[in-house]
Amino acid sequence: MIEIENVRKSFGPLEVLKGINLNVPKGEVLTVIGGSGSGKSTLLTCINGLEPIDSGKIVVDGVEVHARGSDLNKLRQKIGIVFQQWNAFPHLTVIENVMLAQQKVLKRSKAEAEAEAEKQLKHVGLGDKLKVYPSRLSGGQQQRMAIARALAMSPDYMLFDEVTSALDPQLVGEVLDTLRMLASEGMTMICVTHEMKFAREVSDRVAFFHKGVMAEIAPPDELFGAPKTPELQQFLSATH
Amino acid sequence: MFETALTYNDLMFLAKGAGMTLMVTAISVFIGTVLGIIFGVFRYQVGALWAMPLTFVLDVFRSIPLLIQLVLANAFITTVLKIKVSGLTVACGVLSLYTAAYCAEIVRGGIEAVPLPLRRAARSLGMTWGQDMTSVVMPLATRVALPSWIGLALGVMKDSALVYIVQVVELLKSTQILITRLQEPLFLLMICGLFYFVISFPIARFGGYLEKRWSND
Repeated sequence: MIEIENVRKSFGPLEVLKGINLNVPKGEVLTVIGGSGSGKSTLLTCINGLEPIDSGKIVVDGVEVHARGSDLNKLRQKIGIVFQQWNAFPHLTVIENVMLAQQKVLKRSKAEAEAEAEKQLKHVGLGDKLKVYPSRLSGGQQQRMAIARALAMSPDYMLFDEVTSALDPQLVGEVLDTLRMLASEGMTMICVTHEMKFAREVSDRVAFFHKGVMAEIAPPDELFGAPKTPELQQFLSATH
Repeated sequence: MFETALTYNDLMFLAKGAGMTLMVTAISVFIGTVLGIIFGVFRYQVGALWAMPLTFVLDVFRSIPLLIQLVLANAFITTVLKIKVSGLTVACGVLSLYTAAYCAEIVRGGIEAVPLPLRRAARSLGMTWGQDMTSVVMPLATRVALPSWIGLALGVMKDSALVYIVQVVELLKSTQILITRLQEPLFLLMICGLFYFVISFPIARFGGYLEKRWSND
C-alpha cells in the first residue's frame, strides 16, 4: 500500500505539488494524467525517494519514505521505476543491464541473476537480444529492457513515468502492450501517461492532476465519461 | 659519416637510462592516477566552491614549470626539512603530484560526461552511491577519459627527462653523458629518440586498441 498524505514540494519559488492525498492499494493500476507541469512526474520521483519533499509524508508498506534513517536503497528494491528516457547502461549488454543491480543490490549469484534476467527479458519479448549492446536496440526495445531491468528486482510496485513519450509513434504500441501484460498479471502500478486510450483500458482508477493539485480521481468510465471539473473537461477536449 | 665510437656497453648504458625513465614514469603515473581519481571524485562530489583550496593547490602544480618544482622541492626537502632522500624519491614525488593535478581534471571531466539520468536510473534500482560509482560511472568515465589519460601518461614520460636536475640518470641524461664523451650529438640523440619512441609507441597503440574495443557498444 502506498499512502500519500498532504505532500507538498517546491522547486525554488515554484510549488509543483500542493498537498497531494492519495492511497494506492496493492494490486491497483492507477494512471495519472494531466498537462505538463502539473506535478505528476514529480510525484513519482518523490514516491521512491529520488526527490525530497517539503512537507507531508509518503508511506510505503508502513515505511515512511522521507523519514530520517529510512533505508532508501532497500525501499527502492520494492519500488521499480521506469523513466521517459530508458537510460540503458551503454557499456553493458542487454542481459548484463538486467543482471547488474540484481548482483550488486540483491547479492544474487551470477547464475541466479542471469536466469532471472533471461526470464524477464523473454517476458518483455527481448529473448533474442540478450547479448547485444543497447545501442543496437530501437527505443521501444530499450524501454522494454528498462522495464525488464526494474522487474528483475522483484518489485512490489512499479512506477512508469511517461514511458512512451520519447518513443516514435510506431514503437509506442509494443511498450504499452508490455504494460498491459503487467497490469493483467496483477502488478501494482502507477502510470503517468499521455495515452488516454491506454489509461481508459487498463486503469482501476485515473487521477487528473492540474497545477500541482489532484483535481479529480475516479474509475476511468466515470472520469472520462463524466468529467466534473472544467479543467478536466478542457484537458480532455484538448487531447482528443 | 656512418662510423661511430658507440660500443655495446654504451648502448646498455642508454638502455639502463631508458629503464630509469620507464620506472620514474610508471611510478609517477600510477601514484598520480590514484591521487588524481581521488581528487577528481572529491572535486566533483563537493562542488567547485568547497573544492577551491584543493583546486588552487592543483593549479599551482599545473602552472609552475616542472623543472622549477623539482629544484624547489629538492631544496626544500634536503636543506629546510633536512630529510635525507634520494633524488629518485624527490623526482617520483614531484612528478606524481604533477600527474595528479592533470589527472584530477581528466577524471572530473569524465565523470561529468556521464549523463545524470543514467545515474538516477542506477540509484532507482537500489544501487548505493558507491555501487553506482564503481559499476556505472567509472566504466563510462574511463571510456571518455582514456584518450586524455594516455596523452598525459606519454607527456609525463617525456617530461620525466627533467628529473636529471635532482641527479637521476634517466634516458636523456645518459645520452648527454655519452655525447660529452663521444662527441656524436646527432647520432646519439637519434638513438635516444628511438628509445623514447619504442617506449611510447606500445602505450599509444594500447590506448587505441582499448578505444576500438570499447566503441562497439
